Amino acid sequence: MAETPKPVQTADIEHTRPLFEQGWLNKFSEIKPGIHCYGAKPKNTEAVGMPFPKDWSPTEEDWHLPENWREIFLQGFRERLDKYRTLKVFMDICVRCGACADKCHFFIGSGDPKNMPVMRAELLRSIYRGEFTAAGKLLGKFGGGRKLTLETLKELWYYLYQCTECRRCSLFCPYGIDTAEVTILGRELTNLLGLNIDWIAGPVANCNRTGNHLGIQPHAFVDMIDFFVDEIEEVTGIRVEPDFNRKGAEILFLTPSGDVFADPGTYTAMGYLMLFHYLKDLGLDITWSTYASEGGNFGFFTSHEMAKRLNAKMYHEAKRLGVKYIIGGECGHMWRVLNQYMDTWNGPADFLEVPKSPITGTVFENAKSTKMIHLVEFTADLIKHNKLKLDPSRNDNKVVTFHDSCNTARGMGFLEEPRYVLNSVCNNFYEMPPETIREQTFCCGSGSGLNAGEDMELRMRGGLPRANAVKFVHEKHGVNMLACICAIDRAVLPASMDYWVPGVDVTGLHELVANALIMDGEKDRTTDLRGEPLPGMEDEEDV
Amino acid sequence: MNFVLSLVFSSLAVLVVVLIPWIGVGALDLTTLFGVVIPYAALATFIVGIIVRVLNWGRSPVPYRIPTTAGQMWSFPWIKSNPIDNPKGAGGVVVRMLFEVLTFRSLFRNTRLEYRRVEGVPRINYEWEKWLWLAAILFHYSFLVIFLRHFRFFMDPVPGFVTLLQNLDGFMQMGAAPFNGFGLPGVYITDMLLMAAATWLLLRRILYSQLRYLSLPADYFPLMLILSLGFSGMLMRYLFRVDIVKVKELVIGLFKFHPVVPDGIGVLFFIHLFILCVLIAYFPFSKLMHLGWHLFKPHKEPLQQQPLCPACESLELPR
Repeated sequence: MAETPKPVQTADIEHTRPLFEQGWLNKFSEIKPGIHCYGAKPKNTEAVGMPFPKDWSPTEEDWHLPENWREIFLQGFRERLDKYRTLKVFMDICVRCGACADKCHFFIGSGDPKNMPVMRAELLRSIYRGEFTAAGKLLGKFGGGRKLTLETLKELWYYLYQCTECRRCSLFCPYGIDTAEVTILGRELTNLLGLNIDWIAGPVANCNRTGNHLGIQPHAFVDMIDFFVDEIEEVTGIRVEPDFNRKGAEILFLTPSGDVFADPGTYTAMGYLMLFHYLKDLGLDITWSTYASEGGNFGFFTSHEMAKRLNAKMYHEAKRLGVKYIIGGECGHMWRVLNQYMDTWNGPADFLEVPKSPITGTVFENAKSTKMIHLVEFTADLIKHNKLKLDPSRNDNKVVTFHDSCNTARGMGFLEEPRYVLNSVCNNFYEMPPETIREQTFCCGSGSGLNAGEDMELRMRGGLPRANAVKFVHEKHGVNMLACICAIDRAVLPASMDYWVPGVDVTGLHELVANALIMDGEKDRTTDLRGEPLPGMEDEEDV
Repeated sequence: MNFVLSLVFSSLAVLVVVLIPWIGVGALDLTTLFGVVIPYAALATFIVGIIVRVLNWGRSPVPYRIPTTAGQMWSFPWIKSNPIDNPKGAGGVVVRMLFEVLTFRSLFRNTRLEYRRVEGVPRINYEWEKWLWLAAILFHYSFLVIFLRHFRFFMDPVPGFVTLLQNLDGFMQMGAAPFNGFGLPGVYITDMLLMAAATWLLLRRILYSQLRYLSLPADYFPLMLILSLGFSGMLMRYLFRVDIVKVKELVIGLFKFHPVVPDGIGVLFFIHLFILCVLIAYFPFSKLMHLGWHLFKPHKEPLQQQPLCPACESLELPR
């Protein structure tokens, strides 16, 4: 594994280009360790029937491509142009105005000119022009065209897997060109040749087999939750009683498996459990599933087909259990899929009902079509109706800022609800600068399947703009806690904070909710869910 | 293909475009070819080309409704949603698209990265940057006004709105400095704005290193073509006058499909006309088609319904 440079070295970034240099059409980038992820292992691609499983490494000369790889790629490209009007138009109309150029976190963090969103798309566009358009064929490089060669393929691959599909660029594009969609379809093309990365292919294979990315089997899933139940009892003195796969429950709860697996997501999962327990007496009838035990969807980073396949279990499980509707946990790309694709892929969910809060009676009209709501909006509604007894001062030792996940922000417009909840459960909340939050939010730097270990340098570079905004509020307001509603954020931001802004922790929203939640019959709480002393309890004996 | 080569290539291409009618009319007197045949061919290419292009786009379905949401979604009554940036229904979409088409709203959002390091620690700022938006909007609206003003050459009698536009546009009554008061016609503001904006759009591609890196001949060529179009037009108006009456006779003849080419129209006019012909014939095959995109805008559609469109069914997604 490549060694990750020190922050001072990483920060030495040159964004301007020399006056004279070779044009990009003739100059290919070298695939560097620390920036790329490992190639998909054959057992993982084989497990889901993806083509051309093989042992391969991006840095090796030979990618073990099939004999006719060019035809496969070009045929796949043609098919996608016929399937997706957007792709076709995006290939034709970009005027290269450069508005997107300095909006990408990977460009900001690396200065690599081919990480400008326009260039990422141009790598595919140049092949489109060189192989499909008359001008490109006739004029060659003067027409901006490139032939599909091993070199162009490798370079395209390298940059397709340096995009987290966050869509910040598309916000600034005068035509709304969605580079994320170009990346999504470009990655589909690489998958036709067996060229996925293992950090995506592994979770996909797992999810296909066990229902979650981590390959947790049903009994182990229950074990993990049981462990949280013990932890919660230790902190609150209350034994919560979640149940699993219960037919006839009113609501099915789905959340990313990352939350049951690793800190600090686990505390968020504990938060869910405590909230559900609290609401039980008020009439909440909810069940977890050990089969649909994953909210996220790494298939979405593979192909539309794979995403659809992995997504199908959500409605399937809802139908099997006979629930009325689904609540989803805090996750990023999970919500992009749910909000923008699920209905088209696996709907209509006419066997479900429009979500209605059993406690407040609020009908979630905005989820009329998908029948699935975000736990944060459910909680926001509860707080608005004064259904939760909260003591925000229990979070007083946390000075919090909020990171909008790119997917919930730019794929939903889910901006105010999390802030409303946050403001209700903590007293010290400060926003980061406006160019870095809400619809203009920066990616964590490791989304869309790039949260591996071997590409740590890339992740730290991509995480720089977010970390820099956190640093700003850390220095100005003493922010020490970064709240988010995305499991990948919770998995990757701690590393990026340690690297760029030491002293800032990461939390899910429902961890803070659970800290503040006053449960009936609880003991005098002395610590928060992490076992850290609550404000004013620092001197307690049994801390 | 670096920027020098791109610039040389594009300039040469534009030079050839200027030389062809200069020689063709000036030396060989091929006025019918350049006054009638080529304009008809170019216009036909333009119209047919655009139709074919747009139909071709339209042939591919839009299977998903995946807009980039740029504001609060419609949810609770007590949360203020943003009906334009995250439209719920058709009304919001129309408003969003109108704003995009008429005011270039997304471009207005633009910022500029300011990356500094203080003792090795990065300080990132996002600075005010509206110049691209300003140049773009001046460029497009000036072009529109100039195009409309040209109707005085196409129509007889000249429609009232054209005269009005002409008066408004020329209200500053400037002469063309330094020839003020030498009997030159008043300068149109839009002429100046178009040239200034197009010059800036060209210059920024050379001056800003990121743009220099990503620009292709296909970016320089149309700008240079438009600059030459404007320049030749202004030369005709302000310095080397051509016989406007005869020009009008030719143009009206073209539009009535009774083309006549009167003698004695200056060669400058044919150069101007030929540049225009090249521009419109080039249009459907180039990035200039970004205009046609506004017919579709699939990513500005409302989000909260994901209908099962018939086109999606044809996707045959495997189980």
